Amino acid sequence: MKVLAIDSSNQPLSVALLDDQKILFTTTMTAHRKHARYLLPIIQDMFKKSSLTPQDLDRVVVADGPGSFTGLRIAVTTAKTLAFTLHIDLVGVSSLLDLALNVQNEGALVNPIFDARNQNLFTGLYQIKNGIPQSIIPDQHVSIDDWTEKLSKYKNQFLYVVGNADHFKSNLKHVFSDHLIVSKGINNLPQAANLGLFGENKTPVSDVNKFVPNYLRLTKAEFDWKQQHPKAANKDDQSYVNEYTAKI
Amino acid sequence: MKQNLIMSFESSCDETSVAIIKNGNKILSNVVATQIKSHQRFGGVVPEVASRHHIEEITFCIRDAMKQANVTYDDLDAVAVTYGPGLVGALLIGVTAAKTVAWAHHLPLIPVNHLAGHIYAARFIKPIVFPALALVVSGGHTELVWMPKEGEFKIMGETRDDAAGEAYDKIGRVLGINYPAGPDVDKMAAKGHDTFHFPRAMDNDDNYDFSFSGLKSAFINTVHHAHQVHKKLNHDDLATSFQDAVIDVLVDKTMRALKKHPVKQLILAGGVAANHGLRSRLEKQVDQLSGTELIKAPLKLCGDNAAMIGAAGYIFYKEGIKADASLNADPGLEFDWLPNEAK
Repeated sequence: MKVLAIDSSNQPLSVALLDDQKILFTTTMTAHRKHARYLLPIIQDMFKKSSLTPQDLDRVVVADGPGSFTGLRIAVTTAKTLAFTLHIDLVGVSSLLDLALNVQNEGALVNPIFDARNQNLFTGLYQIKNGIPQSIIPDQHVSIDDWTEKLSKYKNQFLYVVGNADHFKSNLKHVFSDHLIVSKGINNLPQAANLGLFGENKTPVSDVNKFVPNYLRLTKAEFDWKQQHPKAANKDDQSYVNEYTAKI
Repeated sequence: MKQNLIMSFESSCDETSVAIIKNGNKILSNVVATQIKSHQRFGGVVPEVASRHHIEEITFCIRDAMKQANVTYDDLDAVAVTYGPGLVGALLIGVTAAKTVAWAHHLPLIPVNHLAGHIYAARFIKPIVFPALALVVSGGHTELVWMPKEGEFKIMGETRDDAAGEAYDKIGRVLGINYPAGPDVDKMAAKGHDTFHFPRAMDNDDNYDFSFSGLKSAFINTVHHAHQVHKKLNHDDLATSFQDAVIDVLVDKTMRALKKHPVKQLILAGGVAANHGLRSRLEKQVDQLSGTELIKAPLKLCGDNAAMIGAAGYIFYKEGIKADASLNADPGLEFDWLPNEAK
């Protein structure tokens, strides 16, 4: 099975091409944030150097959120359009889980973190079981104070922190003290090769057309509107869009 | 002759659209997913909400456009896409999807300026004859564009502040009309009289630029003042007074440009080109000029749609203009200006 894996959820852009469990090509860069400009050229280059064509592809695995809204949409649009247009499998994996894959110590508690600014973070808690991160506390957008409270019952265990945790280290240290292990260097960057290996065994999405990022956060406009219109708040987002055909 | 088939994408603002265009002038399909209902909740387009809807809709639009046109990827010759100007997050969905389809099926990718698309909507009426002049008026743009030959666009003038359509939305809000306010104001304007004599900004200036923000402020101040003194104003008269001021300036400047630079065709395009007041006034004025024909973009293709992008894309395709996989959205994309000495 030929698998393309993409993660552009945040500043790093990570892309990998796999053939079954073999990693053919992998790259992760943080030099800039122009994911829209660089993603497809990287994919093109990988296929060329691996002597493959898009038609050889069997599956696309994408980190589907949370993360930077625009960043997520670059990878997810590329992945869903590829899966749709080539009629192949599409697998979405949490962007936080993708980072948690960097820790492989059996039994470890892993806390992937994306800085969401203003003392907020996108985060979740995972535990490595049989080599795979299992979700212990669901991915969420949360303030650092609320998050450390949720973590406090695990304070006697070791906590592996991965990702963009610079702003929150002291808060976590306060709870976990010597049990806090903050990852360094490459372990703080998503590795699409891990994402691809993980996604090979996952069940593909049933409807590619309906696949969208897990933003885990409403836009401010929608949040405010839903506060003011509680009755209409549960309406399906797509019902706000009408499709028609414009011919003359 | 072998037929040419282009799949085109448009997502620059609040419409996700995919079309299949044959030989640059025949619409096989033109699927438009409009988000107007969603943004009406907020009284105008919210960019992040727009981007979220685009990614929800994009493959549905591709699927339905191909189904309606009854084509397969093997039938296609190229993929065309709007890459600017527009909202960056919105543009990125169309650009990313178009790039992906082009790469997956080994098709050339044609980058299209959104305004060139609006102008080329006229191509579905009849071939464009050069030199031509285009008046592009929409919610985001108000431009006079000089077209010496196929595929060449030079700005003669543009708005220095609000676009005409934007001004309609802003005064609409004061009258209690939701975005997009143009169609309702147009209807009201047909029933009223110009009793308020709002300013015609820059009408007498020796250039082809526009300004609508002063008009908008004059309008809003008039309504607020009346409200303060508990005086009721006739909304139809307000609408007529506003619309006449907009049309006067648009038409005066266009006619002046036509006199200085006689052209075979004047093209009226963009969302505000659907305005009946503007269409009929321009018709009357151009009728008096010999040698210039007015081509109005078809009503159904005045708003944003991918068919117009396919029509413009066909021209660029013939000229060999291509983008590679690194094509990015360019929210501030502009045509070059016509040099001052040439104006």
